[in-house]
Amino acid sequence: MIIAEKKPIEEIIDEVKDFSRILILGCNECVTVCEAGGKKEVEILASALRMYFINKNDEKVIDERTLERQCDHEYLEELRSSIDDYDAIVSLACGVGVQFAAEKYLTTPLIPGVNTVCLGANEDRGLWTERCQACGSCVLARTGGICPVSRCAKRVLNGPCGGSTNGKCEISKDVDCAWQLILDRLKALDKMDDYEKIAPIKDWSTDRAGGPRTVTREDVKI
Amino acid sequence: MKIPTNFRIVRVPCTGRVDVIHILRAFEKGADGVYVVGCMEGDCHYNEGNFRARKRVEQAAIILDKIGVGGERVKMFNLSAGDGPLFAQYSIEMDTKIKELGPSPIRLAKQNKKDAA
Ligand code: SF4
Ligand code: SF4
Repeated sequence: MIIAEKKPIEEIIDEVKDFSRILILGCNECVTVCEAGGKKEVEILASALRMYFINKNDEKVIDERTLERQCDHEYLEELRSSIDDYDAIVSLACGVGVQFAAEKYLTTPLIPGVNTVCLGANEDRGLWTERCQACGSCVLARTGGICPVSRCAKRVLNGPCGGSTNGKCEISKDVDCAWQLILDRLKALDKMDDYEKIAPIKDWSTDRAGGPRTVTREDVKI
Repeated sequence: MKIPTNFRIVRVPCTGRVDVIHILRAFEKGADGVYVVGCMEGDCHYNEGNFRARKRVEQAAIILDKIGVGGERVKMFNLSAGDGPLFAQYSIEMDTKIKELGPSPIRLAKQNKKDAA
């Protein structure tokens, strides 16, 4: 899923202070699961902002709403009838949701309430870690299911590099060397023969290097 | 030992049910302080309900500090379910502390608004 992190409330206060009718808009998907922008976080932020401004003698209308998703037209459309009730929206969706809402409601300022961090997994309670950088041409079949693009600091495709020490990456003793993980897994899979094969040059044009990416599916288009 | 009578008890099945929003809502409605009383650490029937509650109390305190209400107005206590005297002692402790701090700025701001209207 997409991993996001709540923005500090001071930053949000600063962004909204000049508006008087504000909607805090959550998203029921990724950001709910990573506890950054779901219904609960909407309630907490809205309550905190209301109190902050009451305390400043600057009472504002601060409403709460959470959509099923903010990256789909049909759910964002649900806002259409009430959009004019607000001077600004603080969206707690990932950057995709914020932008999609901004594209749809041209004259309403959209303020992000979270920092979108990465594509990752919920490794443990309170710990989310990166697993994929959406490079657009997945190599996991050759790397024991461990991604060298997102998890190797140098993104090397024939690793490890000389900085790998005792299973850790040279950037930090707390970061696993992705290539050590790949080697261990290939051994467990009894596929060390694969390790000896030199990876071909990767086509990076499907990564960000080729500019913004799209997926077009003629077979699904109507 | 006399228990102060100026607080309202909200019963929950386990302190693990208490979320940050419940604490914030109490303040938004004008509470001067909130204390969460859970079982002894290690004695939770649901194993970690009271640990979760402690974390949430800490989160609420940080938010209350940042919005100028004051994080010291919220506190977590632990006691065993049968320990009435300790409950009384914690209530007195909280009551004394809140009296020292005075009314919550939210309650004052709401009162001022009402008076002005
Ligand atoms: S808007 Fe972002 S957080 Fe919400 S469902 Fe879409 S991708 Fe996930
Ligand atoms: S190789 Fe590319 S698509 Fe596959 S997991 Fe890594 S970044 Fe994601």
